[in-house]
Amino acid sequence: MTTPQKHRNPTPFAQGDSAASATRITPGNALRPEDIALAAAEGTAHPAPEVAEYALRLGDDALVLAQRLGQWISRGPELEEDVALGNIGLDQLGHARSFLSYAGAAWGKTEDDLAYFRRESEFRSAHLFEQPNGDFAATMARQFIAASWQYPLYRELSSSSDPMLAAIAAKAVKEVDYHLDHSTQWLLRLAGGTDESRRRMAAGLDLMWPFVGELFEDDPLTAQLGDAAVVPSSLKAEFDRTTGAVLAEAGLAVPAHPMATGGGRRGRHSEHLGYLLAEMQVLAREFPGASW
Amino acid sequence: MCPAENSAAAPADGPTDAPVSRDSGTTPAPAAGAPGWPLWEVFVRSNRGLSHVHAGSLHAPDATMALRNARDLYTRRNEGVSIWVVPSDAIAASDPDAKGSFFESPQGKDYRHATYYTKSEGVKHL
Repeated sequence: MTTPQKHRNPTPFAQGDSAASATRITPGNALRPEDIALAAAEGTAHPAPEVAEYALRLGDDALVLAQRLGQWISRGPELEEDVALGNIGLDQLGHARSFLSYAGAAWGKTEDDLAYFRRESEFRSAHLFEQPNGDFAATMARQFIAASWQYPLYRELSSSSDPMLAAIAAKAVKEVDYHLDHSTQWLLRLAGGTDESRRRMAAGLDLMWPFVGELFEDDPLTAQLGDAAVVPSSLKAEFDRTTGAVLAEAGLAVPAHPMATGGGRRGRHSEHLGYLLAEMQVLAREFPGASW
Repeated sequence: MCPAENSAAAPADGPTDAPVSRDSGTTPAPAAGAPGWPLWEVFVRSNRGLSHVHAGSLHAPDATMALRNARDLYTRRNEGVSIWVVPSDAIAASDPDAKGSFFESPQGKDYRHATYYTKSEGVKHL
């Protein structure tokens, strides 16, 4: 993560390649985390306290998932897949930076303050995202669940009554659309590959499925947010339909495990998150303010 | 596209001499003696009105995944609006050793260029 850049994106809410040139490759115009950080630093972003809490949840989901995906770098089954997982992880990191920058505006904190200087019990991520990578099939199972949840979530959130949440979601949904496609392709191939790949894919889904339920739990915060947020339970039917269709095509049963205890939204985490945070935070805590 | 990234995917020195398998549909068999995924050549069209240009090559288990890997490897910096992937062994290449007979013959044949001819009187806008 970086400090807010001084130059401002001229049209921060412009979409896609509207400014692309036929002869020159440009980064394109889209909402960047830097723009949100700058708005927060200048005091022009004012999330309501409950909106900030909500953004913190989504930001922590994405941040923890990005850190997990980063652990695949140099360990992918093929160089091409290594890059694919890295790209998806960086997409998630971008979403995390946007949500955390916006949330931080409510408390006078930066994205780095929130990412590096909170304790485990202050993280609001759901348990799915902190689950260890396991083998490639387990990671694909986690990605498949994560994207099948994030895609309808961001699609609905893009019409949030909070304009910044809507803008972040509108940018993120296109990226998560690809994440869903990527994990679906792999789920189908592993399930339809060899006996061993099918066994591993089924085992990966068994491992991750108990953490599905937590994603769709309503609580007082989501009830209080009204049109600013998406009611978690409202997404369950679509999740069941889309994941069910893919699993049926793969010839795999939807795992019928009871839901794990959950509690991530209240800061109660499994034994895995502490190690992940220690690795993620050690440098920033050892050398506060370091830059490179 | 930076050169380091270009070469990261696979040596981009043209099609391999792997045996061509015609009976496997869109999924070419891995090259004999080279375990792993087959090689694909990637062509990227950068914008409307331009043609697809060879960007490099990559490994993928099938055409569907080759397109996704190409998207991840060669369009990360907004380089493209369309991608083609072609099995490397489906490309027939000219023989570099036959360069003389293939490509040097047109040299000196000025009459194949419009500038060889004198402009007729009264013709405008040439």
